[in-house]
Amino acid sequence: MTRLLVRGARILGGDPADLLVEDGVIREVGAMGAEGTGVEVIDADGLVALPGLVDLHVHLREPGREDAETIATGSAAAAVGGYTAVFAMANTSPVTDTAEAAERVLDLGRAAGLVDVVPVGAVTKGLEGAELAELGLMARSRAQVRVFSDDGRCVHDARLMRRALEYVKAFGGVISQHAQDPRLADATACCHEGELSGRLGLPGWPSVAEETIVARDVMLARHTGSRIHVAHVSTAGTVEVVRWAKAQGIDVTAEVTPHHLALTTDLLAGYDPVYKVNPPLRPQEDVEALRAALADGTIDVVATDHAPHARQDKEHTFVDAAFGMLGLETALAVVSDLMVRPGLLDWADVARVMSTAPARIGGLTGHGRALEPGSPANITLVDPDREVTVDAASSRSRSRNNPWHGRTFRGAVHTTIHRGTVTHSTDTTVMESAS
Amino acid sequence: MTRHLLSSADLSRSEVENILATAESMHDLQRREVKKVPTLRGRTVINFFFEDSTRTRSSFEIAGKWMSADTINLSAKGSSTSKGESLRDTAMTIDAMSVDALVIRHHASGACQQVSQWVRCSVINAGDGTHEHPTQALLDAYTLRSRLGDLDGKHVVIVGDLTHSRVFRSNVITLKTLGARVTVVAPPTLMPSGIATWSASDGFATSWDLDAVLGGDDPVDAVMMLRVQRERMSGGYFPTAREYTVGYGLTRDRLDRLVARNPEVLILHPGPMNRGLEIAPEAADSARSVVLDQVSAGVAVRMAVLYHLLAGNDADTPPREPGRAPDLETTPAVAALPSAAPQPEGVAR
Repeated sequence: MTRLLVRGARILGGDPADLLVEDGVIREVGAMGAEGTGVEVIDADGLVALPGLVDLHVHLREPGREDAETIATGSAAAAVGGYTAVFAMANTSPVTDTAEAAERVLDLGRAAGLVDVVPVGAVTKGLEGAELAELGLMARSRAQVRVFSDDGRCVHDARLMRRALEYVKAFGGVISQHAQDPRLADATACCHEGELSGRLGLPGWPSVAEETIVARDVMLARHTGSRIHVAHVSTAGTVEVVRWAKAQGIDVTAEVTPHHLALTTDLLAGYDPVYKVNPPLRPQEDVEALRAALADGTIDVVATDHAPHARQDKEHTFVDAAFGMLGLETALAVVSDLMVRPGLLDWADVARVMSTAPARIGGLTGHGRALEPGSPANITLVDPDREVTVDAASSRSRSRNNPWHGRTFRGAVHTTIHRGTVTHSTDTTVMESAS
Repeated sequence: MTRHLLSSADLSRSEVENILATAESMHDLQRREVKKVPTLRGRTVINFFFEDSTRTRSSFEIAGKWMSADTINLSAKGSSTSKGESLRDTAMTIDAMSVDALVIRHHASGACQQVSQWVRCSVINAGDGTHEHPTQALLDAYTLRSRLGDLDGKHVVIVGDLTHSRVFRSNVITLKTLGARVTVVAPPTLMPSGIATWSASDGFATSWDLDAVLGGDDPVDAVMMLRVQRERMSGGYFPTAREYTVGYGLTRDRLDRLVARNPEVLILHPGPMNRGLEIAPEAADSARSVVLDQVSAGVAVRMAVLYHLLAGNDADTPPREPGRAPDLETTPAVAALPSAAPQPEGVAR
């Protein structure tokens, strides 16, 4: 029997308490006496305890592009970032559009053993946007897929989207939509359409390409009585649509990435492809609207859209370079620095947007639970006062497309506990004894 | 002036004026029987064109050759960068050959700026995607100044596909740098995104109505017509060529009205022209057209740019061979050149 005692952590930022973990489950919470023998002790004085973080949106590149990331390296990065579960998007090669493919991702995640890797199923076969993938078989598989997405592409056909929304109701599924009308944002689009794209001569995405799809989809969700999740909201207009839809009682949830909360389109002035991402970085007005929407609950979730790329796929001209940036290891620090320090969120809110809500949306019962006796011991300890300066070279990811390199944030993950096992700690003595 | 010429915004007014003054000397050289000077002997200039170009590439090539640089043309059209060698590898491969300057034409906006961060040599932007074309703006300014004198307060109208035009983006910068007033005209679908705030902060005017601009209270000193690609129609930017010409072409009728108001008005076009679409043949060939002057100025301006980037502040130029004239390196002030050697009369420009 393995026992772990977390001493004096402030649960959700509240008063200090001890957590006793046995066999992967939280047994006791409160003030405990001497630990006795055979107990691993983590001194959590000054640390905040959160339920293990859950990321609804990552790209782990396996199978297909193991040179950019594997399920193992992505899991390692996730553990560093405080995550205990991640949802791996379906746009791999081959695409996760069958039960077998989903189970393979699940098994590779279990083999890595650092976080729960939950496969997201494709909505359409091969992400082609033409025919529904075997949604039901993926749901019935060992992987128990509940989140479906063609992420990277928009489910553009309105009839197909309607059918997908209807169909997944039978097994409590949700469609996570990459909202981007391909007719308004063509294949060459590579940045926010605005004054800067005009000056730089780069083909842009208008904000409206996202907003019209979200508006359509919330109406389809109302019509079908189904759930819709809006992936990586990037514009103030989308926030307005989501806010309106929620007020109507439509079952819509929305996520925002750390980079859309923090970084703005003017970073593109030097044509550095590290800042090329889909949806694109937007102007400051959008960034502020997204922060406000996360604070007021219009946006439910922070998800990273962690998108590793091999170096050679980024060292092209801006229009030719791959989309995406790393995010797993830095998300908590960004949220701490940008949202908690200014008072827009408290630590209970962080637990909600980075653990409880994504676990609920994704149908995970073992994550996002209150830190109380009987809950699975998925715990993230955060040092709210530690300053971290991001160094791209030290990432556990296999890729280096890190837009945060050189930036300093206040608030950092201290220890990650996945099912009672320490999977990451900045306290090396803990890591050594845990391994 | 920095080591590179990537954007027209890299150049201050005095730097533009220096280059244009040097270009005048170079232009005189073009009229001589023997056009070669040893200024860049031993220097290597690579013209790396990732996109087709006739006039810009030959212009740079002639400019380099007349200054005795070793010029080499490389073409990479059709090479799929996304599948083949990365831009960085390509750039560093060339740079490893110890070349002095890399003249780049690329189909992607920002390519020259990216390359400049990876190489030791000078990078000259010969047109990057729909971003900029700084030597075109310099040669246009040269052409305008040779006819209009100082451009301070002069009114230049730029008409056409602004969205996809690197000529517009560089020209609006250089013309403002030289004090000209600029009005840009296009249908709303061919106006770049954000043009309203952009024009406000950079101090130029915009209009959807060509006739209002040409016939307005503000007399027009020069009209620059931009090429409109017929394939834009399939993108839905405008319905038909006929409709475009009626709205935004420099038709014979518009030319007549322009000349009636200002007999000295100048007509520019960066080429290649779509005669009958954005410019009527009567306008292209009229006495007011300076289209061929632009081409001629192109060589001189590119010589001047090469000179300022590669020889301007460099004491390491090869020694002059006695008796070999003309020799630009005898005087850092190249503007003194015209008197340095007798000029053959009657050499055609």
